[in-house]
Amino acid sequence: MIRESVLVTIVLAPLIASVLAGIAGKLIGRRGAHTVTILGVALSCGLSIYVLQQLLNGAPTYNDAWYTWLVSDGIRMEVGFLVDRLTALMMVVVTFVSLCVHIYTIGYMHDDPGYQRFFSYISLFTFSMLMLVMSNNFLQLFFGWEAVGLVSYLLIGFWYTRPSAIFANMKAFLVNRVGDFGFVLGIAGVVYFTGSLDYVTVFGQAEQIASQTLQIFPGVDWNAITVICILLFIGAMGKSAQVPLHVWLPDSMEGPTPISALIHAATMVTAGIFMVARMSPLFELSEMALSFVLVIGATTAFFMGLLGLVNNDIKRVVAYSTLSQLGYMTVALGASAYSVAIFHLMTHAFFKALLFLAAGSVIVAMHHEQDMRKMGGLKKYLPVTYWTALIGSLALIGFPGTSGFFSKDALIEAVHAANIPGATYAYWCVLLGVFVTAFYSFRLVFMTFHGSERFHTAADHHESHGGHDAHDDHGHGHSGPPEEAFWSIKLPLIVLAVPSLLIGAFTITPVLFGGYFGDAIFVRPEHDTVGHVGESFHGIVGFMLHALTGPVFWLMLAGVVASWYLYIKRPDLPDVIAEKFSAIYKVLSNKFYFDEINQFVFGKGSVGLGKALWKVGDVALIDGLAVNGSARVVGWLSGVVRRIQTGYLYHYAFAMIIGLSALIAWYVLR
Amino acid sequence: MIPLEHVLLLAGVLFALSVAGIFLNRKNVILLLMCIELMLLSVNFNFIAFARHLGDLNGQIFVFFIMTVAAAESAIGLAILVVLFRRRKSINVEQLDLMKG
Repeated sequence: MIRESVLVTIVLAPLIASVLAGIAGKLIGRRGAHTVTILGVALSCGLSIYVLQQLLNGAPTYNDAWYTWLVSDGIRMEVGFLVDRLTALMMVVVTFVSLCVHIYTIGYMHDDPGYQRFFSYISLFTFSMLMLVMSNNFLQLFFGWEAVGLVSYLLIGFWYTRPSAIFANMKAFLVNRVGDFGFVLGIAGVVYFTGSLDYVTVFGQAEQIASQTLQIFPGVDWNAITVICILLFIGAMGKSAQVPLHVWLPDSMEGPTPISALIHAATMVTAGIFMVARMSPLFELSEMALSFVLVIGATTAFFMGLLGLVNNDIKRVVAYSTLSQLGYMTVALGASAYSVAIFHLMTHAFFKALLFLAAGSVIVAMHHEQDMRKMGGLKKYLPVTYWTALIGSLALIGFPGTSGFFSKDALIEAVHAANIPGATYAYWCVLLGVFVTAFYSFRLVFMTFHGSERFHTAADHHESHGGHDAHDDHGHGHSGPPEEAFWSIKLPLIVLAVPSLLIGAFTITPVLFGGYFGDAIFVRPEHDTVGHVGESFHGIVGFMLHALTGPVFWLMLAGVVASWYLYIKRPDLPDVIAEKFSAIYKVLSNKFYFDEINQFVFGKGSVGLGKALWKVGDVALIDGLAVNGSARVVGWLSGVVRRIQTGYLYHYAFAMIIGLSALIAWYVLR
Repeated sequence: MIPLEHVLLLAGVLFALSVAGIFLNRKNVILLLMCIELMLLSVNFNFIAFARHLGDLNGQIFVFFIMTVAAAESAIGLAILVVLFRRRKSINVEQLDLMKG
């Protein structure tokens, strides 16, 4: 039996730590702030592992309300926990990565004036994320959803004196509002059709929803469940940065690197994936929604990967790879391979957090330089970072044996097995995405750690390198070779490298094919792509050998070799290619002009709309007609009336008598 | 016995005279007050005429009340007039247009 007190402790420990570090930050100092938050998250992490252990030993799923907020018209609004194996897995991933990031932050932010604030935020984030994943109802899910969005906003704009950071956090916030709008409508749809917010109740009535239709445009019938699922998925598109709501994620790299690892790679952005997996009983009933998910995911997976090819900012390359990998997970969701999506989510959380933290380590060593063109040859200066980043990159590209290999290979197989509309497109996207992933990952490794040392000259450029060094008045000193100074940076790298390398091999058999998720994930028999993959699955060694014969492995190898050739063997070639294909290069380096389109259509559009409303609505109608207009009418009227008011007593008396006579006449003659 | 119509006619003529007095007089506030007094008297006439005609004493009692009130009112009116004259050095109606809008 899972005890309620344990779950409550898991949730509240980070919250209390966050409040302590946030409110009493000055009092407890830097040491106190990081001690208390790390203790809180470590407690959560330990208890999460304990809960997972209990579930694995056969404890029943926990599903109960902890606190009833209010009951209105039969709709119960509660704080409650649904802890099954899906939740437990997410809890462990979230708290574990969060713990690593907490420790890493000690080193990364060691000289930042906002040290306590930062710890308070990331603990608050952990609390919010736990609320999100442990929820047993839509309202609490939405609470967690918004809370992680809020913390994300706060953290992207952590260095709030930089204009670019403020722009980025505003952008993230606004783009997420678009997604959340859909999400809220989806929840409203659920309540409308079932009258309940509780997961189990809603899932129990899924069939009834599916049998109903509603009209959005008059005359066109929509299946209710398709509408609800697509609306919910729009929420996921915002949070999990799927095309076209992905634009905020690359910009979110303005925040400090630890949160890029925690929030914008490992946990928060996967909230959308988790949500769709949690809603699998709903999504399974709508093939159209699944196709929609599939196509959006595939587009993200391939086209966002392409952007990683041309970017030179070390963090942004990793950010684009995150976008691409989130696309992979979404494709898996669309192909009904929910367990594969969660599996990839888990492995991705480890290796992507690792890659981000490694990138952060490089950035610290380079005194907050992020341009890969000014790095190179860092291997001998940063050995721990190099090896861990290599492990992360191998996992990312899916090198056989690493955790990423198992999840990604299973994912591609599952998509191959899918046969809903759009599956062929999705298959080609994820397949070609493998080459792209391998190319940009190793481009990053080669440009950063191998080749000639370009940072000696870069040091001079550094001063003129605007935007990034607003907070750069550090005590680093800008001389001396790069070095890994902090144990707290190295330790999380090593800790994360272990699961990045191994967890796939250990968990693939039970998680994907051993029925680990049980009832938590529902798949209709005709959509059972994972089962299809499972038929040809005979142990992990066989899986690896099988991969050697497939196109995925060779595409990956081709990507690595191509990037080796271009960036090590012939470093002059990339520029030549960029020039030859300048049109494509330009489109890519401008990120398919998404930002420009958004700025032009939505930015200018809303400014124009605002202006129109201001000119017509405010100035003309409200000010002109309603306020000044009525004043003018009164003024005119009184101008007329004041002529009657002569001030002569006999005029008034005359008026009175006339009036009196008129009244009497009317009374008499009536 | 004087018929009712005659008395009413007299009262009407008196009332009309006093109204005309109010309008035609452009000089003196005292005249205004006197005209108002005259109006009240003409109304009193009506009361008495009807009281006699109907054999009801209430009408005549009412007249006493009206005359008392009218006396008080004239006293106040004249007092205001005195104050007004002290301030403005004039009781010319043409010049009393402070309430002009």
